Amino acid sequence: MAFGDFFKKKSSGDVAKKRLQFVLSADRAGCTPELMECIKNDIIEVLSKYVEIDTEGLDIKVNQVDNENSNGGPSLFANIPIKGMKR
Amino acid sequence: MSEVIVITSGKGGVGKTTTTANVGTGLAKLDKKVVMIDTDIGLRNLDVVMGLENRIVYNLVDVIDGNCRIKQALIKDKRYPNLYLLPSAQTKDKTSVSPEQMKKLCDDLRGEFDYILMDCPAGIEQGFHNAIAGADHALVITTPEVSAVRDADRIIGLLESHEMKQTHLIVNRLRTDMVKRGDMMSSDDVVEILAIDLIGIVPDDENIVISTNQGEPLVGNDTMAGKAYMNICHRLLGEEVPYLDLNSKKGILNKLFGKK
Repeated sequence: MAFGDFFKKKSSGDVAKKRLQFVLSADRAGCTPELMECIKNDIIEVLSKYVEIDTEGLDIKVNQVDNENSNGGPSLFANIPIKGMKR
Repeated sequence: MSEVIVITSGKGGVGKTTTTANVGTGLAKLDKKVVMIDTDIGLRNLDVVMGLENRIVYNLVDVIDGNCRIKQALIKDKRYPNLYLLPSAQTKDKTSVSPEQMKKLCDDLRGEFDYILMDCPAGIEQGFHNAIAGADHALVITTPEVSAVRDADRIIGLLESHEMKQTHLIVNRLRTDMVKRGDMMSSDDVVEILAIDLIGIVPDDENIVISTNQGEPLVGNDTMAGKAYMNICHRLLGEEVPYLDLNSKKGILNKLFGKK
């Protein structure tokens, strides 16, 4: 999440669009929100051993879209902002 | 050449029946021979929206069961001699008809009509499968709300898996004022999310309630919804019609015409 976004109050239309995009990416991939939550928590747990994560800005989703890396199947996209390295 | 068009949405109450009535009437106004079939067995609605509820003798299930000939069950519209309604049965349920029977019915009607419109029930169960079975073209109706868009996405997926030849989106009940202040998704937002081609944007218009009260479709009237529905009919005939300016968030045209 960009620094500026923090101060900008989001309109409910944008909130609706974001939520829909999230829920539909799960629907389309046949991946439940519960499963996504588990994956997310496990990723956080592993990464937290090494780096400090901004859990607020975390964005993980499964997309059905074809891209060159996905071999036609769904792919997992993760955008994980790092606050700083540990140690 | 005749075309079978199914009007569907997944979610209930987003305007399938209103759209069927107005698109059917609009195409009839444009001199096409049209039949509208209410496929929502058990929950008959299209007849009252059309103002034809007092003329029903036979229904869809009577035709399928062979209790009458198709022609006996078709109700001629009050206003347009080239517009017909095949009402649904009120006392049966959705399993009284199979997709194969519906497909045969559509094929039997093709010789007689330019357009066969199927008003689909809400949901994704048998009623949905019956309604889409014989269709060449699907119009997916949604409103700019999260629940309706989510259900529309599910429907689009099902239509794809049934290899529907053509699928178009209608965004219904758009509130320009709310879109402008950012409290409603714009039709552009909905199109971006669902990723299918748009064929119509219908504004939220109280005239729809009035027209339904009266049993008189408002397509072609001098109302925003009436114009929007007529534009959809022209687009179905393959004409390029510009969109009424309802949805842009910051366009100057919107400022000029948006408050009308």
